Amino acid sequence: MVSLNQLIAVCLLYVIGLFAVAFAAERAAVRGHGDWLLRSPLVYTLSLSIYCTAWTFYGAVGYAARSGLEFVTIYLGPSIVMIGWWWILRRLVRIGRSHRVTSVADLISSRYGKSNLLAILVTTMAVIGVTPYIALQLQSVTLSLSIFASAETGAAPGADPINSAQAAFWVAVGLTLFTVLFGTRNLNVNERHHGVVIAIAVEAVVKLLALLAVGIFVVWGLAGGIDEAMAQIDRSPMGHWQVEGGRWVALTLLAAAAFICLPRMFQVLVVENDDERHLQIASWAFPLYLMLMSLFVVPIAVVGLDLLPEGSNPDLFVLSLPLSQGQSNLAMFAFLGGFSSATSMVIVATLALSTMVSNHIVMPIWLAYGQNTVQQSGDVRHVVILSRRLSILLIISLGYFYYRLSGGGGALAAIGTISFGGVAQFLPALLGGIFWRGATRIGAVTGLCVGFALWIFTMLLPSFGAGAALSAATFEQGLFGIVWLRPEALFGVRGLDPTVHAVIWSLSLNTLSFILASLFSFPSPMERLQGAQFVNIFDHSSPARGWTASVAASEDLMIMAQRILGAPEAQAFFRAQARLQEKSEGLPEPTPRFVQALERELAASVGAATAHAMVSQLVGGASVSVQDLLAVADESAQMLEYSSQLEIKSRALTDTAAKLRRANEKLTQLSHQKDSFLSQISHELRTPMTSIRSFSEILRDAKGLNPEEKTRYASIIHSETIRLTRLLDDLLDLSVLENGEVTLNQQSGTLQELLDRAITTASAAATRAIVIDRNRSTENIQLETDLDRLVQVFINLITNAQKYCGAEQPELKIRTRLINGCVEVDLIDNGTGIEPESRDLIFEKFSRVPGQGGEGAGLGLAICREIITRLQGTIGYMPDTPGTGFRITLPQTHSVQERKTKTLIDQA
Amino acid sequence: MSKHVVLVEDETNIAEAIRFLLGREGWRVQTLANGATAVEVIRKAVPDLVMLDVMLPGKSGFEILKELRADAALAELPILMLTARGQSRDRDIAEDAGVSRFMTKPFSNEEMLSAVRDLTASGTADA
Repeated sequence: MVSLNQLIAVCLLYVIGLFAVAFAAERAAVRGHGDWLLRSPLVYTLSLSIYCTAWTFYGAVGYAARSGLEFVTIYLGPSIVMIGWWWILRRLVRIGRSHRVTSVADLISSRYGKSNLLAILVTTMAVIGVTPYIALQLQSVTLSLSIFASAETGAAPGADPINSAQAAFWVAVGLTLFTVLFGTRNLNVNERHHGVVIAIAVEAVVKLLALLAVGIFVVWGLAGGIDEAMAQIDRSPMGHWQVEGGRWVALTLLAAAAFICLPRMFQVLVVENDDERHLQIASWAFPLYLMLMSLFVVPIAVVGLDLLPEGSNPDLFVLSLPLSQGQSNLAMFAFLGGFSSATSMVIVATLALSTMVSNHIVMPIWLAYGQNTVQQSGDVRHVVILSRRLSILLIISLGYFYYRLSGGGGALAAIGTISFGGVAQFLPALLGGIFWRGATRIGAVTGLCVGFALWIFTMLLPSFGAGAALSAATFEQGLFGIVWLRPEALFGVRGLDPTVHAVIWSLSLNTLSFILASLFSFPSPMERLQGAQFVNIFDHSSPARGWTASVAASEDLMIMAQRILGAPEAQAFFRAQARLQEKSEGLPEPTPRFVQALERELAASVGAATAHAMVSQLVGGASVSVQDLLAVADESAQMLEYSSQLEIKSRALTDTAAKLRRANEKLTQLSHQKDSFLSQISHELRTPMTSIRSFSEILRDAKGLNPEEKTRYASIIHSETIRLTRLLDDLLDLSVLENGEVTLNQQSGTLQELLDRAITTASAAATRAIVIDRNRSTENIQLETDLDRLVQVFINLITNAQKYCGAEQPELKIRTRLINGCVEVDLIDNGTGIEPESRDLIFEKFSRVPGQGGEGAGLGLAICREIITRLQGTIGYMPDTPGTGFRITLPQTHSVQERKTKTLIDQA
Repeated sequence: MSKHVVLVEDETNIAEAIRFLLGREGWRVQTLANGATAVEVIRKAVPDLVMLDVMLPGKSGFEILKELRADAALAELPILMLTARGQSRDRDIAEDAGVSRFMTKPFSNEEMLSAVRDLTASGTADA
């Protein structure tokens, strides 16, 4: 049997051992030895295991015994983060390193314009949120001590063999001392606590081995092997897969959020990170560690429920199982494991919180209300150290009081969940800050306050039980008697599990108000500057240019730096900066770059907001210069500008290209037209000349021609000459019409007279008679236009009908009408009409309808169209008539005068 | 038996002149005014000579030429092409398609007749 005193002695020895390890590690770090271990991914991964606190060590078994497999969610969340959200972590680490971030509060405040308000808010919330968690550790250590005591005294389980309150008090005192000694020996948080980290790594190994040892003992020693253990699990209620979807999702989400937001996790993940690449290894190694930690949870729970008497606390199965079997050494090892889990968590958590409290609450107050400004002599460092030590005391005291208040009776996992819920409220502001440029300080403050208020109301206060913090009436009837303000059924939503209910409402309303307030508020220049740097961290990791000019004297800065960093460090820093400026001796010039570097150096000790406040005391506050604003504007505006310019240019280029293409097409077309025109002219001229030449040679050379032949050949020559002449006339006419050089003579007459003239002329030249069908009564329409030209068109159309109408008894129908001052004349023959595919072409030069023969050059209709266009009318083929039909439409009065006047007005 | 020529020409006056000239030389002249049926007619008639205009209603002289040359039985048939479009490109097309002689209108009667004589003389020599 192990006596309580023996146990305490072993604990003390263990702690001293840890001290030795930490001390050796720090010495080694200072000398530059042992980097292979201190800066190894293994140590980094093991240090992440402070996620596994006494909750995981003891509480997971209790959780499993109470709620079955649901305990897995607590491991699932962080595994998802490490594996799936690796890119978020990488971004956080990069931001943390490049901006020398000291805590999660520092990160959020820094992102939203180095806001002190936000820093204080986040710090307060973190302290409140983590308090139950620290209470949980106190409770677990006290419980484990009491188990040993009861085993020693033989008291019944459930009784209080030791004075729990007293025990918890002494545990708290011990932890405070431990943390102060461990964590606040050097100031610069960002220098990294190599000692602490290595001690945590050792504790990680101890707790893992202890839990594995108990697990192996239970499976092989008590259950009798894997098969039997599995069979036993199958018999127990835990073997049945009971999954409540809502709770699983909510708890996994909560664990994932807490893994990022918990101050102690942020400390080891981001602040203590030496190398971004360690994340890659940790992304699989840490989930592996979690898997090993959870391996034996179910067997221990099942065997514990089986072997131990009814009413034993399942949270302590890890200890009570070996004890009940008389395995006191194993029990001692298990106790050390639990002790390791509790202490490592408390040390890192209080360290992280105390940094936040001193940097974001104590230091700003001291700077604002102490009459001393930073220029006064004296070392500020003792203020910082003292405030940190007091903060540690305060935080552990809070944990202790929570433990006393909550009665120390709650299940460990339930307490842990409450804590997770509190810190998870940082998530929207944190993720929004590093991914969304539009997130503003107002948005972050609003979201945090809403989320945190809901958390307090729905999770923290109800955790004390009905009638303690909240009256039973509030639970029943809602806050102030308003029904929809019941803490476990907000807005009348009932039937949800309390945890799911709280997580859903607090996180969703938090996110919603964060986004809405961000959208409706306007960020300050500093916020824009920082926002740009955080969101685009991978584009430019160079520091922000925060200080405008050399207002601050280097001496003042030196004095201030010595007081915060310590004289040797400050001098070394100034020397290094002077060398950077290529000054062999003396102080560096207070260039913006130097002041910026100094601010970062100070930020590593006192946080961004405080460091910023200190430097602005000396430099004069003008912290955002026009250049800075331009730098921010550059990013967005310049990009916008560029892209819109590019867009305009590319559009212009596309337009130009299209224009060129069109012009080119037109030119090619024109060139083709010219070629085919010349070719056509050549053909039209050569054809009659061939006949003329041939027959004239026959007349000249051939002997023995009879007179009829002579006459015939001479008349062929004659007609071909006339054809040539007509062709030339038509060409000239068309050319004149096309160039617009034609002079129109305005005359007046009736349509009837015009048609009479046209028919007379056409009939005189015709070789074949055509019957003309007119409706003379409708033709009495007075026209005022170039009548000669119009007659020319009619003659052309009538002649075409005479020549090409294929009917046996050709007939041409002429119909006229007057509609709204427009004259319409239809000329329709009774022939076969023109094939649809040829109709488009008939008005083109030299186009002749295939298969019609005839000696025309194909210019007639082209001329008609030109003339009618000049007369401001239109001519078209009538597709729906049985034969070939043309319709001419032109204004009754074509005023040449009017057009001229109009042109003159246009020109004037 | 008198020699037989198929003349494909849509200009009646030119056709008449050629008919007169070749008739006096002892040719039997068969005239076609449309290109569409020309290949069919020539294949049936198997003349001693074909005279082709280029711009014809129904089917162009070039197409007729190609179809005639594609027929193995007519590969050696002398074909004289007459065109009023005097461009060298047309001559190239015709020669590629395997024309025997290419003449541009207007031509002198003597020139035309000697071309006809040349073509039929060499044709006889080949045969």
